[in-house]
Amino acid sequence: MESFTFRHTTQKPLAGTKAQAITGVVASGNLEVLLERVLPADQCTIEIATPVVGYGDVWEAVAADFVARTQPGGLRIAINDGGARPDTVSLRLAQGARLMEGGR
Amino acid sequence: MTDWRKQRTARDERIAAGRAHASGKVVRHEAVVELLEAVLRPGDRVCLEGDNQKQADCLARGLGACDPGKVHDLHMVQSGIVLPEHLDVFETGIARRLDYSYSGPQGARIAKMLYGGQIELGAVHTYLELFARYFIDLTPNVALIAGVSADRAGNLYTGPNTEDTPTVVEATAFKNGVVIAQVNQIVDTVPRVDIPGDRIDFVVEADKPFYVEPLFTRDPAAVTETQILMAMMAIKGIYAEYGIRRLNHGIGFGTAAIELLLPTFAEKLGLKGKIATNWALNPHPTLIPAIESGFVEQVHCFGSEVGMDRYIAARPDIFFTGADGSLRSNRAFCQTAGLYACDLFIGSTLQIDLQGHSSTVTTNRVAGFGGAPNMGSDPHGRRHPSDTWMKAGREAGGTGDPALRRGRKLVVQLVETFGDGLVPAFVEHLDALELAKKIGLELAPVMVYADDVTHIVTEEGIANLLLCRDADEREQAIRGVAGYTEVGRGRDRAKVEALRARGIVRRPEDLGIEPLDADRSLLAARSIKDLVHWSGGLYEPPARFRNW
Repeated sequence: MESFTFRHTTQKPLAGTKAQAITGVVASGNLEVLLERVLPADQCTIEIATPVVGYGDVWEAVAADFVARTQPGGLRIAINDGGARPDTVSLRLAQGARLMEGGR
Repeated sequence: MTDWRKQRTARDERIAAGRAHASGKVVRHEAVVELLEAVLRPGDRVCLEGDNQKQADCLARGLGACDPGKVHDLHMVQSGIVLPEHLDVFETGIARRLDYSYSGPQGARIAKMLYGGQIELGAVHTYLELFARYFIDLTPNVALIAGVSADRAGNLYTGPNTEDTPTVVEATAFKNGVVIAQVNQIVDTVPRVDIPGDRIDFVVEADKPFYVEPLFTRDPAAVTETQILMAMMAIKGIYAEYGIRRLNHGIGFGTAAIELLLPTFAEKLGLKGKIATNWALNPHPTLIPAIESGFVEQVHCFGSEVGMDRYIAARPDIFFTGADGSLRSNRAFCQTAGLYACDLFIGSTLQIDLQGHSSTVTTNRVAGFGGAPNMGSDPHGRRHPSDTWMKAGREAGGTGDPALRRGRKLVVQLVETFGDGLVPAFVEHLDALELAKKIGLELAPVMVYADDVTHIVTEEGIANLLLCRDADEREQAIRGVAGYTEVGRGRDRAKVEALRARGIVRRPEDLGIEPLDADRSLLAARSIKDLVHWSGGLYEPPARFRNW
């Protein structure tokens, strides 16, 4: 088991007013993402708990790209990983942000 | 005086020796070992028919039970190393040398035996290549083949999995060889004559029906959102842009996803009748919704697929069928069709390097090639133009009179950046190189060479290698779609953005595709049961795929 926390400053807050959302499941090759709007509007933290050891730099890159692309200011994001591949992580993060924006 | 009939005389002697164990041409399965010991000579070249689907398993068991004192040092020349028996004969000394094409299920064991020196390897071929050599320098002395039924004169009905049989028999029977067929049943009249009886010397009624492998069934329930996203990109960014009508698909889940998006995503884009109409393909169950939706005009098959018989028989406008109504497949002809008459091959692979070479070999497995290197190659013997082929040729560049510039076949690798167990698909060096060194191969087993690949599609985007003008652009284009693999993270971001501006690297958003729309609800069928419904109950999936 490994855990990481990445803190980012964003240029803007994520749109929408939804306080909390959850997407995905903790299953093999999948992951669960909990998003909460609890931080200052220019802050985002991503906390990760994963059973797969040795991929810290990949998580860091995935998190940085997600923040750059989505600008999720105000969000505290917690990930329960089940050994998901990076592309699945990106997709779930994008889905989570979409939920918080109030889409679909 | 020169004796010009030595081979013919030897053949007559072999047949006379075999007749002692037969009644006419018919041999009881209990007498298989005696028959083989009578017919075979040490050092013979033998084709023990092992196809993708149909296996001459009764004859394989018989060969394995022969006395190695009588039958030994055989040179096996067959396309598929599929059954354990195909390798057992090398452990007992019955066989010594091997030339083959595909060894999927036995890939790990064959690697071990090659490494241990138990097998003297000629070469690993593509199907067409091995078939070609049957007529030049690897002509079998004896062919052991499989069919569904035969009459007492030897007329053979292969059933829908005709596959390699006509090619093997042609090379053996017309060059003084002996052909022994196992059949599930001896009948008074065969449903149709796939091989005329005068090419078959002995017919064995097998103890049980031959084994058939459902190799081409992909359960839609296992298709992921990532695969759907990649399929959307392939359809919009490649099929639509090049107007691809004539094509071959690999057997992975990525191409299954494309098949399942034709009636939904492609239909909404107005592509019906404009793409994916004419196919060289096994009868994939996942193609049923596209056929039923009127997308598909015709399909020629290498072999058949378990459970598809009734559906195929009910769709003779789509498939090639015999007078009896059932599918007629032919691996050699369909491979030729895939090579020369298709404008696109798309398939998956396990490893791609920085130049674009790809391989399905890992250090512990030699899976062989099958047909992908033929389908996935630009045939320089092609002369007929098509809009697709010409457009690809223009993109590849070149100088001089346009009327003297050839087109290009589209060869697309559809790969997820990480495979099972987070194994990266993009690598600096192919494992195939290490394996070649380890077992002493002169050539590394490369599935598709870099100079044949035109596009790489991953969940991150499409790299169009036709448009790359030098090795550095090519490497950055590949890195630019390699996601979070080490190769992908090693990209020069500025160069990749410059390639993106030129349309060489394209992201989902560049194609007007929203990744969050990649949802399983886009699949025309989401389960095997859905496929059964689409087929009007004609598709009969094998038990292992029935979970309702």
